[in-house]
Amino acid sequence: MNAIPYFPGCSLKDSAKPFERSALFVMERLGLPLRELDRWNCCGTVFSLTEDDLMHHIASVRNLIRVQETGATELVTLCAMCYNTLARVARRLDREKEALAKINAFMDEEQDYKGGVKVEHLLGVLQRRIGWEALAEATSNPLDGLHVACYYGCTLLRPKDVSVDDSERPKVMEDAFEAVGASVVRFPFATECCGTYQVVDRPEISLERSARVLRSAARSGADVIATACPLCQHNLERASDILKRSGESPPLRIAYFTELLAAALGADPDALRNQPQPEATMHVTAKGGAEHG
Amino acid sequence: MDEGKMTRIFIMGKAYDVPAGITIMDAMEYAGYRFVRGAGCRSGFCGACGTVYRKEGEYRLEFALACQEMVEEGMHLTQLPFTPAPRAAYHLDDLDPRENVLLQHYPEIARCVSCNTCTKACPQDLEVMDYVQAALRGDIARVAELSFDCIQCGLCSMRCPADIKHYHMAQMARRLHGLSASREPEHLTTRLREIAAGTYEAQLDALVAASVVELKAQYAAREIETESEEGS
Repeated sequence: MNAIPYFPGCSLKDSAKPFERSALFVMERLGLPLRELDRWNCCGTVFSLTEDDLMHHIASVRNLIRVQETGATELVTLCAMCYNTLARVARRLDREKEALAKINAFMDEEQDYKGGVKVEHLLGVLQRRIGWEALAEATSNPLDGLHVACYYGCTLLRPKDVSVDDSERPKVMEDAFEAVGASVVRFPFATECCGTYQVVDRPEISLERSARVLRSAARSGADVIATACPLCQHNLERASDILKRSGESPPLRIAYFTELLAAALGADPDALRNQPQPEATMHVTAKGGAEHG
Repeated sequence: MDEGKMTRIFIMGKAYDVPAGITIMDAMEYAGYRFVRGAGCRSGFCGACGTVYRKEGEYRLEFALACQEMVEEGMHLTQLPFTPAPRAAYHLDDLDPRENVLLQHYPEIARCVSCNTCTKACPQDLEVMDYVQAALRGDIARVAELSFDCIQCGLCSMRCPADIKHYHMAQMARRLHGLSASREPEHLTTRLREIAAGTYEAQLDALVAASVVELKAQYAAREIETESEEGS
């Protein structure tokens, strides 16, 4: 069976495990399983906009070299931020040979990165490699009657040259949900920012922005808001908790788009959320009284 | 060692001729330097004598344990007695060992740009950057495995442009891993039970009551386990 090189990123091994589990399930079911890269490292988190700050591209380039080492020319990501950072670095270095040469000279312990690795987001793979018809055929548990609001946020769509779709009016996520029988609802805040890392320093900014996204989706009649980014997911969940506590409770769930697709393809969503932990972790958990989500 | 042959080295920029084939540490002592701190075991195990040097005509800084690396003609040497890296305070039993526990205690690991300078500085040839990356994603077992041979010399942290405290963080990971993943050895459990039951009280009391002469006699007459065939 074909497998496709896959970059998880740190969040998917930590706070966003359900995102990874559900995506692995979906792709296994669709006959194009994701194979995790050996020895990957952090993507670099954000794409450095300073022209001569090549040091902050090195993390991404190392991952692209790992892909090159396997002989592959593509890399799939799930986290929207990892996608954005890796895709922009790959594109920049395909364009700018001098920057590439400088980075290669610095990383003299690695083989030279030759360029040409294409970084894709899973949504793009579903659209181009699987196709909506095949996704519809694989659906065993159609999401009939479920109203889904697709939330893209920023990093899947901006800047334009790495956008997974039309960056002003995307519909790739909507197409996927229509294929699995859901009712898609459009809402005006689908491509607005959730507040991103402001949640660390100025949480009120993130909360305000995320609350606007939630209210807008709820007003449009959504039962669930689908995300593709662990940070968006986090900010929306946080805002939702606060809205609930203050008595304003938008009656909608927040889930990774892959969790909903996995449910449509026959997965038990609760099983994907609460997968049993390895024995070693359980032991400490019992001792420390910690809960794993 | 070439008998009587001398090697020209430079210590903090000053030229010395030292016997060929001796270690960096011996060469510096030969030249009159004293190691009060930063000497340690002199056997390559403790990590106290991590040092940097440069070879004549090379632009690269090299890394080694001073008690292990032999001097070469034209080597430029210095002394690094200690790495002043802060260490997080924690009590293992009070920790909540979730994936981000390392990040909570050593938040600077999030500053890693994957430059790999730490790996190049490791005299133990560990994949230091890889274990920092494993720590970032909360893979405590992997950190423990990759850092197992760390001797805490601190050269990684001395070189890191992100000021990460690799070796202290990794030690915390090994402790957490030991706590969660290692089985309690049977003989230890048995012995602890015996101690708690007072099995050895009488023997201990006898030792405490014994005179120095009796103790010396017992010590001289003690059974010595034979060493293994390969020697010590």
